[in-house]
Amino acid sequence: MKRSNPGFSRRGLALGGLAAPLLAGRASAQALPVPPAMLEQGAPVEAAPYGKPAPTEAGVVRRSRLGAENQPILGTAGSTLTPHGDLDGIITPNGLHFLRHHAGTPSIAPEQHRLLVHGLVERPLVFTMDQLRRFPTVSRLHFLECSGNTPFFQQARIRPDWTVQDTHGLLSCAEWTGVRLADVLAEAGVKPGAAWMLAEGADAAGLTRSIPVAKALDDAMLCWAQNGEALRPEQGYPLRLFLPGYEGNTSVKWLRRLKLDTQPFMTREETSKYTSLMPDGSAKQFNFTMAVKSVITRPSGGQTMGAPGFREISGIAWSGRGTVRRVEVSTDGGATWQDAQLQAPVLDKCLTRFRLPWQWQGGPALLASRATDSTGEVQPTRAALLAETGPFHVYHYNGIQLWQVQADGNVRNAY
Amino acid sequence: MRISGLVAAAALLLAAGHAGAQPRYGLGTPATAEQVRGWDIDVRPDGAGLPPGRGSVAAGAGLYAQHCAACHGPAGAEGALVPALRLAGGQGSLRSARPLLTVGSYWPYATTLFDYVRRAMPFNAPQSLTAEELYSVTGYVLHLNGLLPADAVVDAASLAALRMPNRDGFRPTAEGR
Repeated sequence: MKRSNPGFSRRGLALGGLAAPLLAGRASAQALPVPPAMLEQGAPVEAAPYGKPAPTEAGVVRRSRLGAENQPILGTAGSTLTPHGDLDGIITPNGLHFLRHHAGTPSIAPEQHRLLVHGLVERPLVFTMDQLRRFPTVSRLHFLECSGNTPFFQQARIRPDWTVQDTHGLLSCAEWTGVRLADVLAEAGVKPGAAWMLAEGADAAGLTRSIPVAKALDDAMLCWAQNGEALRPEQGYPLRLFLPGYEGNTSVKWLRRLKLDTQPFMTREETSKYTSLMPDGSAKQFNFTMAVKSVITRPSGGQTMGAPGFREISGIAWSGRGTVRRVEVSTDGGATWQDAQLQAPVLDKCLTRFRLPWQWQGGPALLASRATDSTGEVQPTRAALLAETGPFHVYHYNGIQLWQVQADGNVRNAY
Repeated sequence: MRISGLVAAAALLLAAGHAGAQPRYGLGTPATAEQVRGWDIDVRPDGAGLPPGRGSVAAGAGLYAQHCAACHGPAGAEGALVPALRLAGGQGSLRSARPLLTVGSYWPYATTLFDYVRRAMPFNAPQSLTAEELYSVTGYVLHLNGLLPADAVVDAASLAALRMPNRDGFRPTAEGR
């Protein structure tokens, strides 16, 4: 059965292996059977030196978004998504953190890796990983969201069979550990007039973004650990930049170089890509911070409701501008709203779990969540967002997500 | 914007305060000019970072056919692996019902094209082209967009001086000003 949320199941999940007397809601006079696992020794203590999920969870994996236009180009330029419909709490397991790669995952020997800091600094410096790890360290919980998450601007590209993995899977959350970038830059000595910092990755795209020095000196980190262990190769091993609240691609992975200058460098990733076309033909540029947003993860697209009765509606909310102050939930498509409970901890630039008890009577329902952040900004409807951006935007969609619970209990993407 | 500017100014003052100070932790090793030269591959919009040398649109045609056409199409338009890999066409389409974003219609700086090709292309062998080859293939893509004649020679000065059609099409948010 589907773990701790018996109300919702992945469609097609087999009930095979479950003894009939254990099926919920059906009274039985038979004694509960003794589980076979109690009658013999389990797997050896040292059988799993690095533990993995239970074999029956093998379907909880990253994958590309459904749709031909979302498949990787030549295998290495693409993205895979976090399966939020199968996750609980706010932390994304390291093996399920989304990735978006421009040239695949490089293989880097940490003892060979170097970080070069140069440009408008008093002392150009080269750091080894060992040297970086000697700085005072800091750990913080933050979400990371790709600016291309939730591609709902162009209606023709939206699919009703998309799950929350397809719609919101370019979002993850982890505890990140590293050094404050401000401390590293202070070692080099930032010269007056340095207003921008080029960050460059050591992948085959040499991915580069220009970052305001004000952000670099504020809350930016150079990270080597994620959820307590070394970064996974797909997350930038051995070193990545992390910019809390900023669009994901600016947190450059496999970081090898930081160069300070007076002006932005106008790289491909801040001109040709990661800019958004406005209705008047101009393009919005340097749109860094991810705005307030939320999504119901249970029930959500692709899940089935099962029998009528009590359910908990559950989801995640976040804002790149601060904390989540409030999440409202609607079961009637936004006609009426109720305040959801926010699960502690509620942290700055971090996912917040919200919950609302719900008696589902059976029959159709249109579920939605609407978040408000600590700046007072409220998540907009899709219509309101499109009225501002036009249909040719590609990035920073943060509209209210609708899930249609159908009469047959199947849940579909109603965007 | 005003608040952002103030924050930036305050940050710069703080940074300036650090500048004269001695390093606090004594970590890191001084980077020599020779070391920096090995990795310093970025190109700025004003042309800083462009290497010596020159190329030609004519030489770029053969290089393009050899290294680029398979994914981007024989002329950077039809035949691209996916629409996002189109390099040419679309000028004047940004305000239309079917905007087509290419080097010619959208990219604000020709220097960005050189920088990106140098660091990331050809897809199967990044950083493999010589400076002369990079100038040539950059020139050829600009030629495919009608921005350089077939007999053009390309070098650092001419690339930095080339004014792209959408040069003034970008509006930075308050965070980027």
